[in-house]
Amino acid sequence: MEKCYWMTAVVLLGLTVRWTVSLNSYSGAGKPPMFGDYEAQRHWQEITINLPIKQWYFNGSDNNLQYWGLDYPPLTAYHSLLCAYVAKFINPDWIALHTSRGYESQAHKLFMRATVLIADLLIYIPAVVLYCCCLKEISTKKKIANALCILLYPGLILIDYGHFQYNSVSLGFALWGVLGVSYDWDLLGSLAFCLAINYKQMELYHSLPFFCFLLGKCFKKGLKGKGFVLLIKLACTVVASFILCWLPFFTEREQTLQVLRRLFPVDRGLFEDKVANIWCTFSVFLKIRDILPHHIQIMISFCFTFLSLLPTCIKLTLHPSPKGFKFTLVSCALSFFLFSFQVHEKSILLVSLPVCLVLREIPFMSTWFLLVSTFSMLPLLLKDELLMPSVVTVVAFFIACATSFSIFEKTSEEELQLKSFSISVRKYFPCFTFLPRIIRHLFLISVITMVLLTLMTVTLDPPQKLPDLFSVLVCFVSCLNFLFFLVYFNIIIMWDSKNGRNQKKIN
Amino acid sequence: MAALGVATGGGDWFSALALGVTLLKCLLIPTYHSTDFEVHRNWLAITHSLPISQWYYEATSEWTLDYPPFFAWFEYALSHVAKYFDQEMLNVRNLNYSSSRTLLFQRFSVIFTDTLFVYAVHECCKCIDGKKAGRELTEKPKFILSVLLLWNFGLLIVDHIHFQYNGFLSGLMLLSIARLFQKRHMEGAFLFAVLLHFKHIYLYVAPAYGVYLLRSYCFTANKPDGSIRWNSFSFLRLISLGLIVFLVSALSLGPFLALNQLPQVFSRLFPFKRGLCHAYWAPNFWALYSALDKVLSIIGLELKFLDPSKIPKASMTSGLVQQFQHTVLPSVTPLATLICTLIAILPSIFCLWFKPQGPRGFLRCLILCALSSFMFGWHVHEKAILLAVLPMSLLSVGKAGDASIFLILTTTGHYSLFPLLFTAPELPIKILLMLLFTIYSVSSLKTLFRKEKPLFNWMETFYLLGLGPLEVFCEFVFPFTSWKLKYPFIPLLLTSVYCAVGITYAWFKLYVSVLTDPPVGKTKKQ
Repeated sequence: MEKCYWMTAVVLLGLTVRWTVSLNSYSGAGKPPMFGDYEAQRHWQEITINLPIKQWYFNGSDNNLQYWGLDYPPLTAYHSLLCAYVAKFINPDWIALHTSRGYESQAHKLFMRATVLIADLLIYIPAVVLYCCCLKEISTKKKIANALCILLYPGLILIDYGHFQYNSVSLGFALWGVLGVSYDWDLLGSLAFCLAINYKQMELYHSLPFFCFLLGKCFKKGLKGKGFVLLIKLACTVVASFILCWLPFFTEREQTLQVLRRLFPVDRGLFEDKVANIWCTFSVFLKIRDILPHHIQIMISFCFTFLSLLPTCIKLTLHPSPKGFKFTLVSCALSFFLFSFQVHEKSILLVSLPVCLVLREIPFMSTWFLLVSTFSMLPLLLKDELLMPSVVTVVAFFIACATSFSIFEKTSEEELQLKSFSISVRKYFPCFTFLPRIIRHLFLISVITMVLLTLMTVTLDPPQKLPDLFSVLVCFVSCLNFLFFLVYFNIIIMWDSKNGRNQKKIN
Repeated sequence: MAALGVATGGGDWFSALALGVTLLKCLLIPTYHSTDFEVHRNWLAITHSLPISQWYYEATSEWTLDYPPFFAWFEYALSHVAKYFDQEMLNVRNLNYSSSRTLLFQRFSVIFTDTLFVYAVHECCKCIDGKKAGRELTEKPKFILSVLLLWNFGLLIVDHIHFQYNGFLSGLMLLSIARLFQKRHMEGAFLFAVLLHFKHIYLYVAPAYGVYLLRSYCFTANKPDGSIRWNSFSFLRLISLGLIVFLVSALSLGPFLALNQLPQVFSRLFPFKRGLCHAYWAPNFWALYSALDKVLSIIGLELKFLDPSKIPKASMTSGLVQQFQHTVLPSVTPLATLICTLIAILPSIFCLWFKPQGPRGFLRCLILCALSSFMFGWHVHEKAILLAVLPMSLLSVGKAGDASIFLILTTTGHYSLFPLLFTAPELPIKILLMLLFTIYSVSSLKTLFRKEKPLFNWMETFYLLGLGPLEVFCEFVFPFTSWKLKYPFIPLLLTSVYCAVGITYAWFKLYVSVLTDPPVGKTKKQ
């Protein structure tokens, strides 16, 4: 009973924060001719309701793909269609073909914001609540604190309710997937995850851990018996759900290919704008995009991504456990973000989601990561005039994490999950005991740099020769942080399973 | 950042709560603000650019200065910060000026002055006896009280959306109550005198202060049976109290007395030309009275007892007319409301004199004064319910009976504030915040008093749950019906009548509990 009312209060608080953020500006507000993501979503509603399904992904007289052409998988299109029906009921002007381009009004903003809130309320928030309620071995209070922190994560709130996107849908489906496979509802879990991929192709960042975890489960059950049956069932579920989602586009080969071309625009370059990954940071020193030929860029990014993924994925396949699964989700998504081809700054949310899930295990590092992830989107948030809500939500999130997990007291080797790593290093260097101290210092340095950079970006004008100075600096700093986190997460994944085996031997 | 360190370092729950609500207030900056925003901007301009002699005469804007002098000085002080934000807002002729910097400054001035409120809440929490301290932090009366006060729904929407400065004023009141609880009577009296010269609406609760200080401070001892011991009267204490009140008043009104402007100041402070009810009826006795009048007149018209040509056309809730005549029942004059208010206050004052029960008795009397004047006052604003709701929070964590009255009063009182925010973007905010506060207050007080009898009987539960359908009807069903054009006032009418029932009930129940409570002295002896 008590748990219920606290959980309700937390959800209501999360919703209030979401709605108050949504009162702020959105991307491309009053900025013709291209506007921003807000207009993109509105335009998709216009396209999906006015054109037959066959023309959605094709360039045509009524569908100029240069102007926010649909480049997300079919589920996004269906969602747009659904919203468009509601919009048509309220005010047909909002989605009239051609004439509604760049439509902006208070009422329309309210409508668009409401669609995000409803999608969030239906998909993401219940998943978070359920996830926190299902956590084992912790008190009710901690579960509620956990839910509060996850729901207050500023990155997702600012992008969905400020900038304007529907990340909570894809992330929510992914979270349902995580919930499903972690609690042995493998079929439902994989169905939810297929929906996530079919809503946003970026969910592929999470696909390898899902694949490896499920494969590992099958191996564990024995490939000759139950495991094989499970494997077949899973394969059927995945294929069936994909077919269902793509059914209208399977009628012609050209349709399917065109959708795929739209989803994976390989000709768009190694990265876009300023994104805190390796390639963007590296090109500050060396313009890779201009020097190397296109296919080599793709090859390099593929190789790097693949190599950085490999160890943790193999580990997960050999020793599948829900905990290892969550950590592998983090490290894989982070590898993809850092090394893969055509990454957006918003893709960091795909890493943040699994990090939110491990808040309880490593509160200190997770809070730190989530702060950095929000900081890495600073240039984008500033462009959308979201400085005020960003600062407020970040501080609120930090306070929530700090008070509910008392993160600063949890920086011992044990609590950073670095015990086994340190022990194995100490075999060679007996004096290796300073790791937690270094990490605490690094945290301080990182936070101070972020605060200073934010202040500088906001108050100072960049020199005329380097108009992008501050955004490049933000990317650079965030990228360094992310690299550190990649190493950290790889270490704890690799050493965690060893630790588990050691414990078994002792037992 | 220092405050941040405090909050995070020691896991200090109070700072976390206060900081959390402060951040929420910052998020509310871009929300809708009412004409009160312009009122305060105008006052900033008046006090900044005109000499004192002009303050209460200036009438370029229709929002003339109608708060006591301390508030004018407060605006004067603010204006010296405001000039670094935007000089233009300090121009008297710049009507309805609201640049983004003006907005930021005004909003932040409310948020910043709320620190006084936070401090007052902190002091109030010290006065709560921790006997019922539960095992967990969240079940402690102190924790519940600080959430009830800091996260108070009414204050949040009235101050930080609608725009007013009730936060620091309520802070002054709570602080002076806390001082009386701490036996620092002189300080309490001083704070209240200052408060009176900030906003004269607090005159409503002045009788409670006067009688309490006279009875329990100037008389230093009681007879064993609790009645008054006349020879224990301390002239020194009376004189020092009088001196404090006199000095504060001299500081405030002195300059205007010297300028020979007192009548003008008072005519601004007490504008009896306004109507009985505000444009939107506050949920009090007069709302019920006027509703009854309306019903009677409709019945009269149907049954042909009344002549349609004699009925005034002005509809009271349309908000266009300030003056209003009742059709069937006798019209109400300011004097009548004054007498009603006095009669309503008197029993509680008698109770405070003849059955002194220490600071708690004083607090009950103060709430009764506030509620009675809300029930029967002239031109009462719905926001005035906060005057009773905030002190009532202090009582609610002490006794189960008080908790139940508090919940009814707060829920209906807060709901009656809904019409203040009528714009669509704020609709989710008010509903979410209201649900948040109501669910929290009901559940936490239920947990606190789980060993005693249930807080509500079936009738009260039914009434409170009825607020939900009422809201659904007013905001989601009514606008789509054909009555919207013909009877646009129906949602307001329904809201204020429905809430008036609850508030009258809470007032009545609190009165009964005060009058029937045995005196403290006797219970102690038993």
